[in-house]
Amino acid sequence: MSQIVVDGLCKEFRVAARRQGFLGALGGLVHRKYRTVSALRDVSFSIERGEMVGYIGPNGAGKSTTIKILAGILNPTLGVCEIQGRVPWQDRKNHVGSIGVVFGQRSQLWWDLPVIESFELLRDIYRVDAKVYERTHRELIELLSLGDLLDVPVRQLSLGQRVRCDLASALLHEPQILFLDEPTIGLDAESQLSAREFIQQICVERQVTVLLTTHNLDDIEALCKRLIVINDGTVLMDGTVDDLRRRYGGGRYVAVDLSKSFPLYPEHERFAIEHSETHVVFCIEDDVAGFVKDVLSRYPVTDVMITHPPIEHIVSSIYNSRNRLDAGRQDQSEQT
Amino acid sequence: MTPTSYLGDSRPRVAALVKPFVAIVSARFRTLLQYRMAAAAGIVTQIFWGCVRLMVLGAFFAVAVETPPMSFASIVVYVWLGQVLIGLLPWNHDAELQELFTSGSVAYELLRPIDLYAFWYARTLAFRTAPTLLRLIPGTIFAVWILPLIGLPEWALTAPESWIHGVLFITSLIATVLLSCAITMLMTISLFWFLEARGVVTLMSGLVPVLSGMIVPLPLFPDWAQPFLNWQPFRGLCDVPFRIYSGDIAPDLAVYEISLQFGWVLVLLLFGYGLLIRAKRQLVVQGG
Repeated sequence: MSQIVVDGLCKEFRVAARRQGFLGALGGLVHRKYRTVSALRDVSFSIERGEMVGYIGPNGAGKSTTIKILAGILNPTLGVCEIQGRVPWQDRKNHVGSIGVVFGQRSQLWWDLPVIESFELLRDIYRVDAKVYERTHRELIELLSLGDLLDVPVRQLSLGQRVRCDLASALLHEPQILFLDEPTIGLDAESQLSAREFIQQICVERQVTVLLTTHNLDDIEALCKRLIVINDGTVLMDGTVDDLRRRYGGGRYVAVDLSKSFPLYPEHERFAIEHSETHVVFCIEDDVAGFVKDVLSRYPVTDVMITHPPIEHIVSSIYNSRNRLDAGRQDQSEQT
Repeated sequence: MTPTSYLGDSRPRVAALVKPFVAIVSARFRTLLQYRMAAAAGIVTQIFWGCVRLMVLGAFFAVAVETPPMSFASIVVYVWLGQVLIGLLPWNHDAELQELFTSGSVAYELLRPIDLYAFWYARTLAFRTAPTLLRLIPGTIFAVWILPLIGLPEWALTAPESWIHGVLFITSLIATVLLSCAITMLMTISLFWFLEARGVVTLMSGLVPVLSGMIVPLPLFPDWAQPFLNWQPFRGLCDVPFRIYSGDIAPDLAVYEISLQFGWVLVLLLFGYGLLIRAKRQLVVQGG
């Protein structure tokens, strides 16, 4: 059986509806209207041991809600979820002992304590064996080059340093599963790179299963073979990054450099997604070869480059086509 | 497994059980001990208020028409113990726990493989005892030794009546600490619904000092109020231990009063525990 099984997960939140104006606010004290917002409508997937899966979607798609349910923090409204044979929210204590979680926007370190004391506190809370701790914490300190930070109180760390310490603290108890909720948010390019390298290294080495939510598709391309795209609480796509390209971005980008400024022929205009004086990028769905031949013969071309569309463009086009479909649908049911 | 090996195992297992909580208390303790200036300022305030209260109560005693229900010596004990142990009074929150609610980090708390109530109770225990211990020593030195030196021996804190009173006082004080933490826990858990602590703190900082006897010793309240005052839980925070110390509550009655204190501890622990289970079930952590 898969290590993580999620089947038909739904989560609804009840939100008190605000009425407008002063009288409305007064009325709200006496009689409240609630509306139900569905964060997850029907999410199903399963993940095998050692897999690294990217979980992406626009803001409010339900990514964090899913992670919180899988981590045992939230109860779902409906649906089944089993992780290593346990139901997270029913067997919370045992479950959280075998997972590691990093919320990029929040720290789990003790603000006023030096980093090393936070680590030792976590060692005691997770009841990590002294010998095991000795080995793992030395390994993590070395991999993340935390040596100089250990005596510094957490409140004095920079964001990049803090995230590195948070990553280490999520792995001290050697979890088999790691949930990373936007681990690289707010980091500069170099810190992102080193965080990614670290995740890659530690997870391959220890065969850790990783579920990673992010808005940064470089994270996905660097780390994950598999990708789950969700929007509006439902899974849009579940497959490899190549699958995604094949299904949603089958075309090619044809970038052309011109020797002089040259107007586009009307029949080519609809393919152009970028056009400056001497540089044009076309997006072509089919018969790439014919199109290139045509362009080469009719424009003063100095250079041609044919590439896969970047994953960002594919993903944003999935979101957009989906939003158009949903535009007419009424999502929220009213009740009192 | 043979019975002997089972017995041999049980000690490390108990150690493993309490280890996280010992670690939590000690970490929080160390953090709180960093705030030495706050403690120093607190001590000056405590001593000042102790003197003011003794002056006011002394003035009332001087003009009393009837014999007061407590001797002035008992009042002196009551006031100084109150000033020295004021940090035990459950009227405020641990700022660290409050922060968890406003920042949403409360989610991380649920990621720890230990019982949430026990986890927070351990932290509350450190929050209540660490600053109190820091202030206890200078306050006591002033009340016991300095006051006689500056010519006010009748205002000085004296030793308990006997060693029996002493032992009973310590037992009662342990119940006081547990009770105070259980009440603080209820305030913390209320944040699941209120998020903002100010309302609860305003309510409790008015209620607790009065009902515990911190403002006016409870026996000095009118007779009609006594039955109510005797039964409410806040009395176990000051009135019971302080009057055991002074001998105002005789040892045989003290045993009954202390069991009443522990009774309240049990009730409030269970209540808080149940409330937290409810709170967790409907927890919503907003934002990414």
